[in-house]
Amino acid sequence: MALPLHATTGEKIWYYAFRTICGLIFFFLIAPIIVVIPLSFNAVPFFTFTEAMLTFDPAGYSLKWYQDFFTDLNWQGAVKNSFIIAVFSTLIATALGTVAALGLSRPEMPARTMIMGILISPMIVPLIIAAAGMFFFYSDIGLASTHIGVILAHAAMGTPFVVITVTATLVGFDHSLTRAAAMLGANPTRTFFKVIVPLILPGVISGALFAFVTSFDEVVVVRFVGSYQQRTIPWAMFSGLREQISPTILAVATLLVILSVLMLTTVELLRRRSDRIRGIDQ
Amino acid sequence: MKTLFKKTLIATAVSVGVVGTASAKDLVIVSWGGAYTASQQNAYHEPYMASNPDIKIINDDSGNDAVAKLRAMAEADNWSWHLVDMVASDAILSCDEGLIDEVDHDAILAAAPDGTPATEDFGNLIVSPCFIPQIVYSTTFGYRTDLVKAAPTSIADVFDLEKIPGKRSLEKKAINNLEWALLADGVAPDQVYDLLGTDEGVAQAFAKLDTIKDQVIWWEKGAQTPQLLADGEVVMGSTYNGRLFSVIEEEKQPIAMMWDWQVFDLDGWVIPKGAPDKDEVLKYVKFATDTQRLADQAKFISYGPARASSAPLVGKHATLGIEMGPHMPTNPENARNTLVYNYEFWADNVDDLNERFTAWLNQ
Amino acid sequence: MTSATATDANPAGTGEVMTADGVPLRISLARARRRSRNRALLLVAPLFLFVLITFFIPILSMLFRSVENQIVGETLPHTVEALQQWDESGGDLPPEEVYAALVEDLRIANETKTAGKVGRRMNYEKSGFASLFRTTARRIKRIEAPYKETLIKAKKDWGELETWQVLKRESDAYTLSYYLAAVDFSYTPTGEVLKLPDDRSLYVGLFWRTIWMSLLITVLCLILAYPISYLLSTLPVKTSNLLMILVLLPFWTSLLVRTSAWIALLQKEGVINDLLVWVGLIGDEHRLTMIHNATGTIVAMTHVLLPFMVLPLYSVMKTIPPSYMRAARSLGATPFMAFVRVYMPNTVPGIGAGALLVFIISIGYYITPALVGGQSGTLISNFIAYHLSISLNWGLAAALGTILLVLVLALYILYDKIVGIDNMKMG
Repeated sequence: MALPLHATTGEKIWYYAFRTICGLIFFFLIAPIIVVIPLSFNAVPFFTFTEAMLTFDPAGYSLKWYQDFFTDLNWQGAVKNSFIIAVFSTLIATALGTVAALGLSRPEMPARTMIMGILISPMIVPLIIAAAGMFFFYSDIGLASTHIGVILAHAAMGTPFVVITVTATLVGFDHSLTRAAAMLGANPTRTFFKVIVPLILPGVISGALFAFVTSFDEVVVVRFVGSYQQRTIPWAMFSGLREQISPTILAVATLLVILSVLMLTTVELLRRRSDRIRGIDQ
Repeated sequence: MKTLFKKTLIATAVSVGVVGTASAKDLVIVSWGGAYTASQQNAYHEPYMASNPDIKIINDDSGNDAVAKLRAMAEADNWSWHLVDMVASDAILSCDEGLIDEVDHDAILAAAPDGTPATEDFGNLIVSPCFIPQIVYSTTFGYRTDLVKAAPTSIADVFDLEKIPGKRSLEKKAINNLEWALLADGVAPDQVYDLLGTDEGVAQAFAKLDTIKDQVIWWEKGAQTPQLLADGEVVMGSTYNGRLFSVIEEEKQPIAMMWDWQVFDLDGWVIPKGAPDKDEVLKYVKFATDTQRLADQAKFISYGPARASSAPLVGKHATLGIEMGPHMPTNPENARNTLVYNYEFWADNVDDLNERFTAWLNQ
Repeated sequence: MTSATATDANPAGTGEVMTADGVPLRISLARARRRSRNRALLLVAPLFLFVLITFFIPILSMLFRSVENQIVGETLPHTVEALQQWDESGGDLPPEEVYAALVEDLRIANETKTAGKVGRRMNYEKSGFASLFRTTARRIKRIEAPYKETLIKAKKDWGELETWQVLKRESDAYTLSYYLAAVDFSYTPTGEVLKLPDDRSLYVGLFWRTIWMSLLITVLCLILAYPISYLLSTLPVKTSNLLMILVLLPFWTSLLVRTSAWIALLQKEGVINDLLVWVGLIGDEHRLTMIHNATGTIVAMTHVLLPFMVLPLYSVMKTIPPSYMRAARSLGATPFMAFVRVYMPNTVPGIGAGALLVFIISIGYYITPALVGGQSGTLISNFIAYHLSISLNWGLAAALGTILLVLVLALYILYDKIVGIDNMKMG
């Protein structure tokens, strides 16, 4: 969309105005995330820039909120729970989701759209409704306030992402490839690992990452299905924001931003790899 | 950085230990977290664990939705809590629903040092057969000394926008606000609840609240008013007296108390119906609610001990070294006009009036 | 593979093509198709069962809770039975047998500690039942025949017609009263359905506010997403990939992080107010209130949901060949006309997909409104949470949840019709 050489003045004004507007929108998107980073090094317990910070006075900055995060048992318990719950729910979601996606991608699959619609619905149903239903049902069967209960709940919510990403890698998959492998003497196991796995692996990993983030970022369901013993990082942040706002939350937020940068990079690399394998040009 | 790293390692190790070694000797005690749990840790848990090395007390900060979680436990008959700290109204509700045990107070609680039986020592604070009182707290007002035009002296001043302009914060529910509105409107204290039982009385209370509605910030958590006062977002606001104490005395903010028509409420222990190791729980409760322990808690937080016999033992704050007596809601200076939470009335009317209150808020 | 043998000649010469093992090809193919269809279903089955048990059955249990009312019949079986004979519209109090049955039931309920529970349930229908049942049960040992007289003496509410009318009305195992409450209606004691007066109506207004705010957020997202999606789709790949990070990073960043950031920005002592005071646009004492109200919810939610609008728009815009616009221009259209008449209609599928997605998500939003919404910015989800954990009226929470669920499912089906679930993509 470069500016053509013969552009009129009006077009020129529009061109720059348009780019300025876009710049502002991008700023709106990214500024809130950037702003928490310096605030987390605040020396005073407020959510705002102090004079000392603006003049780059070292006394205005401190690491004490990070120290607070790393030494506080409440936060450390939350970190531990977050990882336990996210890892196990991701494993369950990825295993079940991948297998289901393989089935859904077969041309012989009956009622494909309907089944897909049902399997994806945990992503669409409002969290509070899932939370209410799970709270009632898991209470009845004794899974409320247990790690297992929260893991199962999060796994259910993560599966749609795995199904979607893995199915996407199989779009346009030539099923004659598996037949070719079979004819060339490969048994089904070998076919699976040599032909299918390399193809779907990027989708599986990015689906797993989505499932991980879904669990890692989830706070509504865990607050109802779980109890204090299952409190996660977002839970601790949520009650911190409602109770007493301390910049420790911003320190945690900064660490989470770093985590999301890592996740984003991984998913992007995988997507490109997947496109390359399937021969789709950018 | 090195020490930070080391501390992290230790903290992680400790936290792994805490979560990882749940055994029969753990007591999971549910409370409200923050400074309140800390006061219980200092006054009750630490000394108890010191004399009972085989017991480990685990604090669970689920106080805010304890009744909901207890219901869930009851439905599954799967109980993971040993003891719960509850406000009296929640205890009455849970007792109604059969979620917690009725107790024989004289049989399970220590007598006062002079031999007065527990039921007499606690007196009429035992508001439910399931409830073991612990502290008396009050919901009252704090104001910014530097931001108000004139210092408020009575509840009527809360509703007086001319005398004291500016935003005020009130709790986002019907309880207390309706009573205060009627009192400020000149209703005699002994008629407040009779009046609130009628549609006209409720309408009168809302009409009074209407006069300040657009100047109110509604809070949901006890920490919000102190924060709003400290930030200068409001010039005055209601909250629990202990929260105001810490923002005034510990954080040295320019805030003062306005005790007129403070509402007394109670907080205490309840034992979940299916709590495991009930013998151990009862042993702990007997210790934690004796005369000395209740007086000790007042060293860490400005809530009044529920036993009459504890009052003379209340001394100085553990770290600030100031006399706690004058900061107690029960101090005669502060308690000239007080309202006691009407448990019976609110047990019947809480759903209806909260619903109406929310409808009123949304108009 | 059966297809490999399909062309073999048929030795019997009946016209039917046979496979090598002598089975007609038609049957053999059908069998193979069935087998591979079963194999496909078998692969989907584990996830299907898992989601059924961990997700759908819980939601069904919520639907059940919204009408379930067994507690009255279970706790007061004799009373309920005796009440069947009584004519509630006659204007007379129930006969002595009903009172006797109540005493019998309450004796048992007092032993099993269930009287308070039924009182709590009935208190949703009429204030006063909670203490009525609690105190009557506690005194039940002292209640003697004639029961009608002593009960009324113990608690005068037992002598009121309305008490018994409400009790009889709610003695069925299922009730619609939660749904009525969820749409601001209520029963009269005799069972007629009546709209609540305006000053007591709450939920219909809340549903409308939720829908209205979701619409507003959707429109704001569209307005903000459209230009940047257009820019991204027209820039060279290298540049657009780089700028895409600015969309994807928020997308991947924890919701709580973004909400905390908005609190830091919008609050009274926050970054934006500080900046405005510093620049001199506003005085220190006139700081803007941008949080704990509808503004806070709208700004923060627009930010949170913007990537959900950009991604589908971008993927649609990328497929529109630039030659369309050039063609329109060369046929004499002004740039504006070309854009409105040619380009925009082509982006409608993206607009539909993004708008529906954002609307569906925002209508059920809970966290952000709970943290920055204040009074005017809370949505229906916040009330469901309130009834779940604070007021403990689970029946009403379930009824409100069910209505919201129906709303969202309708939109989901619409989304499927317009966009197709198959086309949902991530990242």
